[in-house]
Amino acid sequence: MTHTIATSPAGLLFGTQGVQISRMPPKARLSLRSRNANLMALSKAIGIPVPTKIGACDTKGGTEILCLGPDEWLVLSDVSDHIAEACEKLYASVPHSLVDISHREVTFNISGPQATELLTLGWPRDPASLRVGEGRRTVFDSATVVLWRDAENAYRMDVWNSFADHLFQFLQHGCRELAAQAY
Amino acid sequence: MLLINCPYCEETLPEAEFVYAGEAHVLRAETPSELSDQDWAEFLFIRQNVKGVHFERWRHFHGCARFFNAARDTVSDKFLITYKAGEPRPNLTELAGDAT
Ligand SMILES: [Zn+2]
Repeated sequence: MTHTIATSPAGLLFGTQGVQISRMPPKARLSLRSRNANLMALSKAIGIPVPTKIGACDTKGGTEILCLGPDEWLVLSDVSDHIAEACEKLYASVPHSLVDISHREVTFNISGPQATELLTLGWPRDPASLRVGEGRRTVFDSATVVLWRDAENAYRMDVWNSFADHLFQFLQHGCRELAAQAY
Repeated sequence: MLLINCPYCEETLPEAEFVYAGEAHVLRAETPSELSDQDWAEFLFIRQNVKGVHFERWRHFHGCARFFNAARDTVSDKFLITYKAGEPRPNLTELAGDAT
């Protein structure tokens, strides 16, 4: 099977009046793991305070961080080389792991007045449990995804390359179904 | 669908985000080579399979990815409590009081 989404350019993939699904331009994605670490030092290296509450996000300059678990964070950044360099200097004093996972996933932008309703088709969580400005790793139609809620009806979804075609077709199908209901 | 409270996320979430991971508090011997075949086999394969309150491991697989423990009644499927991995087994009598 060819992976059409993983190789397609950024931009609108599909849209109805209610929801638009687009592929976001590529951005460096870093996985940060550290247990009982000196978060102050890591925050300084990354240039953004490392949040400790699961689901909490912070953005500063071209860098964004999301707390995925008690010892795990996802960092999106335009200056990933600087971050990697700064973190490397800390290895001896602050044990951690920083891995570039940029090529692992694609990011969908899902927005429009019916975006939340569309997500409920494959997402078992109560949408209200993901507040605006937060993110979570969660499950969508049996695939693990990372979901950010940027506005009431605007989401970003990180999907592993191998699931991207399936989830996109699922979302496309859902958009059509919601559009049909509107008439 | 069951709702499960993840002690790390501090949220009550649908079962679809979790996977079951067997009986909890099964301790591996410090030096397995000193165990008899019988004891080793029991450690590997023999589980309590209780009817009633069962202490078991779960993993928040599609979430924070942590393993944690739960006390669940296998008859009613009701979760009495969930707690972080490494924490001691909670007191059942106190739980029974809470459940009412
Ligand atoms: Zn969790």
